[in-house]
Amino acid sequence: MRELFEQFDVWAAFWMTIKLSLWSALWALVLGTLLAIMRVGPVRILNVVGSAYVNVVRNTPLTLVVLFSLTVLGTRLGIQIADQNSPTFLTDEAVRWAIFGLSVYHAAFVCEALRSGVNTVPVGQAEAARSIGLGFGQSLRHIVLPQAFRGAVAPLASVAIALIKNTTVATIIGVAQTSYFMAEAIEFRPDLIWELFALIALFFLAITLPIGVGLTSLSRKVAVKR
Amino acid sequence: MSASVLFDAPGPKARRRHLLLSVLAGLVLLGLVVIALQRLGERGELEADRWTAMFTASAWEYTFLPGIWSTLKAAGVAIVLALAFGLVFGMGRVSHHRVIRWASGAVVEFFRGIPVLIMMIAFFYFLAYRGIFEPATNPFVAVVAALTLYNGAVIAELVRSGVGSLPGGQAEAGLSIGLTPAQTMRTIQLPQAITMMLPSLISQLVVVLKDSALGAIITYPELLRSARNLAAGGNTLQPLVMAAVIFIVINFALSLLAGLVERRLAKRGSATD
Repeated sequence: MRELFEQFDVWAAFWMTIKLSLWSALWALVLGTLLAIMRVGPVRILNVVGSAYVNVVRNTPLTLVVLFSLTVLGTRLGIQIADQNSPTFLTDEAVRWAIFGLSVYHAAFVCEALRSGVNTVPVGQAEAARSIGLGFGQSLRHIVLPQAFRGAVAPLASVAIALIKNTTVATIIGVAQTSYFMAEAIEFRPDLIWELFALIALFFLAITLPIGVGLTSLSRKVAVKR
Repeated sequence: MSASVLFDAPGPKARRRHLLLSVLAGLVLLGLVVIALQRLGERGELEADRWTAMFTASAWEYTFLPGIWSTLKAAGVAIVLALAFGLVFGMGRVSHHRVIRWASGAVVEFFRGIPVLIMMIAFFYFLAYRGIFEPATNPFVAVVAALTLYNGAVIAELVRSGVGSLPGGQAEAGLSIGLTPAQTMRTIQLPQAITMMLPSLISQLVVVLKDSALGAIITYPELLRSARNLAAGGNTLQPLVMAAVIFIVINFALSLLAGLVERRLAKRGSATD
């Protein structure tokens, strides 16, 4: 195990995985919330667009989405999202398109998680709110949304965990994160393959297990008793 | 939108507002589509011969069909093996022996917690250096092994929650007519649990199909990797779009099937009612 740390820059790979996770989680949350609003809103055309997005993205492999982002949107269509004068332009470009692909993909799952949160709220709650004279905004703010967010914690937690593990897919466009590092390190030191596997498995378990346990207990704590 | 928890039935004013919003949203969407088409046109991506190249007999014979076949083969073998794995460890998780329960839990959490791609890479290089199989079959074995372990762990959780959601009376009834706990599990609880989890199992097949595209990274010639072979001469957009459409069609059909099975089961009713 010691040898691995001496010979390779393990931390740089882990750090890139964490960076990809955090940025993609942020953007996926923003885009997913927007999609969820479109899907549950009263405007028919936005419902249709939202559900079309979710159905298309959910049924496409993430590998394809990430590959498409860099090779088609970035290279073929020439959309630049990194600073061209930077000496690390090509790397930045790959990293940002990876974040783009990951966000676009997981936004669909965030949308569904939020929507399932809304679906946990019984219609009677809104009817009760209206019957005691609360207006649209009031009933949303005080009755419906607080319950919806509580119901969405558990599904959002599984999306977060899936997202962290899925950052490894960025290998397909050469982003130097954990899975890329793993393949490279094995090429150099095939004798250390199981040490590498153990180290990387430990890294992912150390991140995903606490998030899973923590968010599950949070979701139980905030769950609305019905 | 009759029984929405979020909105009351719209009155005349609200209906006018919704109409206005619809028109605005439609215009914005139309604008986005026009911008995208313009960009595609400028870059020559809409030229007919770029697209007709995707519909020639040879493109399908040598690229798409073998790719689809490889994808389906890997996913099919993996889901069958994953089902076996999931049944064994799912039963382990609800076992009466604490050691078995604990050990199955550890195995399941381990394989659920690490990325599929990491397992794939580990298997791929392990097989490459050990030379157990012929070099050409290594990628296939690595893809199937990784998909089996991950999805098997997910199915084990499905089995556990399926058995857990059965009414307690089912197991009690089995025990009271003199069946052993193992017999009760096998003949009473598992059949009901598996029927209940059928829709989730079909949805899991969608996950397996999508994850089989990870095989492209370790040189398994599935649909995505084969499609990239057509990318000669800067033709990167069209093969990827084709691959995406094929994936979406297959997975969408599977999702519909899952929904159908779910409704059939709901109509038939079960012991939980």
